[in-house]
Amino acid sequence: MEKQRLQELENQCIQECAPPCTAACPVHVDCRGLALFMARGDFAAAVKLLRKALPFPAVIGAVCDQPCCAYCNRGRVGGAIEMAALERAAARFGETAPPRISLLPSRGKSVAIVGSGLSGLTAAFDLRKKGYSVTVFEKDGRLGGSLREHAAGRLFPEIAEKDFSVIESMGIEVRLNTAADPRDLPGFDAVYAAPGAAPAHAFPAIDPLTYEAGTPGVFAGGSLLRGSGNYSPIFSVSDGRRAAVSIDRFLQGASLTASRTGEGSLGSCLYTKMDAVAPVPAPCVPAQGFTNEAAMQEGARCLQCQCLECVKVCTYLESFGGYPKKYVREIYNNLSIVMGVRQSNTLTNSCSLCGLCAEVCPNDLNMADVCSEARRTMVSQKRMPASAHDFALRDMAFANSDACAMALPAPGGTCSRLFFPGCQLAASAPDHVEKCYRLLQEKLGSDVGLLLRCCGAPADWAGRDDLLEQAIDEFGELHRSLGSPQLILACPSCSRVFKRLLPGLDSVSLWEILDRAGIAAPEAKAAGPVVCLHDPCSARHDDAVQESARQIAARLGCRLEELPFSRRMTACCSFGGLQWFANNKLARAGIGRRMRESTRDYLTYCSMCRDLFAGQGKRCLHMLDLLFEDDAPGRAGRACPTWSQRRDNRARLKRRLCAGIKEETMPETDGRPELIIAPDVQAVLEERFILTHDITRVIEHAEQTGRKLTRPGTDRFLAHHRVGSVTYWVEYTGTGSGPFTVHTAYSHRMEIRERADI
Amino acid sequence: MTTGAKEPSWLCAACGIALERGMVEIAYMGSAFPVELQRCPRCGIVYIPEELALTRMAEAEKILEDK
Ligand SMILES: [Zn+2]
Repeated sequence: MEKQRLQELENQCIQECAPPCTAACPVHVDCRGLALFMARGDFAAAVKLLRKALPFPAVIGAVCDQPCCAYCNRGRVGGAIEMAALERAAARFGETAPPRISLLPSRGKSVAIVGSGLSGLTAAFDLRKKGYSVTVFEKDGRLGGSLREHAAGRLFPEIAEKDFSVIESMGIEVRLNTAADPRDLPGFDAVYAAPGAAPAHAFPAIDPLTYEAGTPGVFAGGSLLRGSGNYSPIFSVSDGRRAAVSIDRFLQGASLTASRTGEGSLGSCLYTKMDAVAPVPAPCVPAQGFTNEAAMQEGARCLQCQCLECVKVCTYLESFGGYPKKYVREIYNNLSIVMGVRQSNTLTNSCSLCGLCAEVCPNDLNMADVCSEARRTMVSQKRMPASAHDFALRDMAFANSDACAMALPAPGGTCSRLFFPGCQLAASAPDHVEKCYRLLQEKLGSDVGLLLRCCGAPADWAGRDDLLEQAIDEFGELHRSLGSPQLILACPSCSRVFKRLLPGLDSVSLWEILDRAGIAAPEAKAAGPVVCLHDPCSARHDDAVQESARQIAARLGCRLEELPFSRRMTACCSFGGLQWFANNKLARAGIGRRMRESTRDYLTYCSMCRDLFAGQGKRCLHMLDLLFEDDAPGRAGRACPTWSQRRDNRARLKRRLCAGIKEETMPETDGRPELIIAPDVQAVLEERFILTHDITRVIEHAEQTGRKLTRPGTDRFLAHHRVGSVTYWVEYTGTGSGPFTVHTAYSHRMEIRERADI
Repeated sequence: MTTGAKEPSWLCAACGIALERGMVEIAYMGSAFPVELQRCPRCGIVYIPEELALTRMAEAEKILEDK
């Protein structure tokens, strides 16, 4: 992943953007953070937070003109947050002693400030902190300037005295009753003129970005800029702060204009969903300010605006405790590690690649693209953990091996249409593949062929372009040899893979074909069940398939209810992206969440979704159950076939089709010993992704070589054997050619180097 | 990684003798290291208990995979 691409992706996530209140505030007070501390009653933390943006929090709290109000999202549901009153309460309840302001070491340069309004005092405060000696000239007998007249009645003298006392405590020299001409102050290295509203000709050319006022070293701002009718306390503070930045840069010989885009009042790019927010009316602010209880209540009224739209709908994004901006950075950093621990391998491999995040994201950021790309990089760096996808890739290899893969008509023959049920339908309901094949021939003519294989989706999800390419090439060759027929696809994942990698391929969904063919419900199924339709995530953008599925289901007698997340917004069953294998615990949490969306039985048109739901105890039908089963409701409770059964189902389907249709018998591959496996042991094997086939290999090896352990006083043996890159251990009873009772099995990927001579 | 103190008393079926503790080399992801395990002193067949495979070995595999 290129650094520039990383930045583009990061910028698509707006979770870290300032909320509208903070963006609108010209000094960017963290209003959301303040409200949170206030809601918790942590006034000390609240005022500490305020002091990061405001030199005089109590004064601003009393007089602020609150540009934030117009942008506050709470404004549409009860009234904007009373931010100034919160600030005032924070200062009052949170700051019992005068603040200690730390100063940088002296820089040996001096600045004159003309005028002691908010603008002048803010500049004095900031420059003194930076280590300049500062002198304030005020023509009146007290500090405050225009603030005093404009805020009369709101600014209590004791508040101003307390807040402004910090000025002298910082060692700023104040000369009251002293008029000064900003252009005639020899002995100072720079001057900031903030004399309040003055005739427009006083400083004809003030630079709105840098506050330069025509003469080098002279800067001007405050009410001077806006004129007498437009006094704004908070913009005055902002002027003082921004002028101080300029003066500091001027005195250090730095550029006055570089990187100043974040200053002043800005728009916010943060999105906050407001659909479900209940109105809470704004309180009346008493003249003397909030009590601490009232301040806490007002803090709690803040919506704590944030986006997190994707995190709210995705168990994966939620479970890692962050949000895409962080994740994109972590995943990128993970790929860049040369030596050391790659902590984000699991983050990269856990995404189901379902794309729901992009649907809810205001900027369409798709974590599936990020994770998919990162997995490919990991593979190319030879750093993909083998354990993540090995089992699924072996399953795919088996589906495309001679044991399962087959084409009808046989090589040499051609057809005009080709039914491609996908490897998981053949694994789950092989008889339905056969029935559907015959139904298509009945509806469309005998010129329909059948191709049993895997499309390559597992390789795609695992980031294995080499295996994906191989699967696609093999498919393409077969497809051409069959006369390039139109493809009829039952599985939405196959459809996605082929559309992406073979864009010119003529294909149609089985569900559209059945919909168009007008299949009708046999009379017995007239009053079907009420079910919720689960759209597979790979059909997210296939509106036509979604519609056809609904039409067929209705015609087959189902009364449909929509799930909260359906069609384009559908949720993944947790098989997608091989999440089931790479992070099984997370996958179980994810499917659990999907199952709880409704207590109704589910109906779907992906056999893997169907089986995973059933495996977790959720009653679920496949569309073909409605078509081919007499007792469809009973079929919803059918168990999820084990991984071993899935392999057997595929292999048996091929044998049956070869025997039945081609009048030719496949060689029996089943000369294997009988295994007796109790259901609880079977469940353990399934959880550990151990196939009965692997168990048989271990036992056969042990019985042939005699290499096994025995426990005296029992009839049990323990044997191990390495199959591929996994060592399997089996504890069993029985000898010779069996039958064998399996008590337990486990595996590890580490290789034991057994030697006889140590 | 060492095995716990209490071991089920498995015997080597081929040699008919009790297992003893010994150093065995274990390899993964290009790393190899010695581990003390129960093994047959004559033919070298090793015993890895279920609990060890599921916990400490699995953790070590994850660490090596992420290294
Ligand atoms: Zn031995």
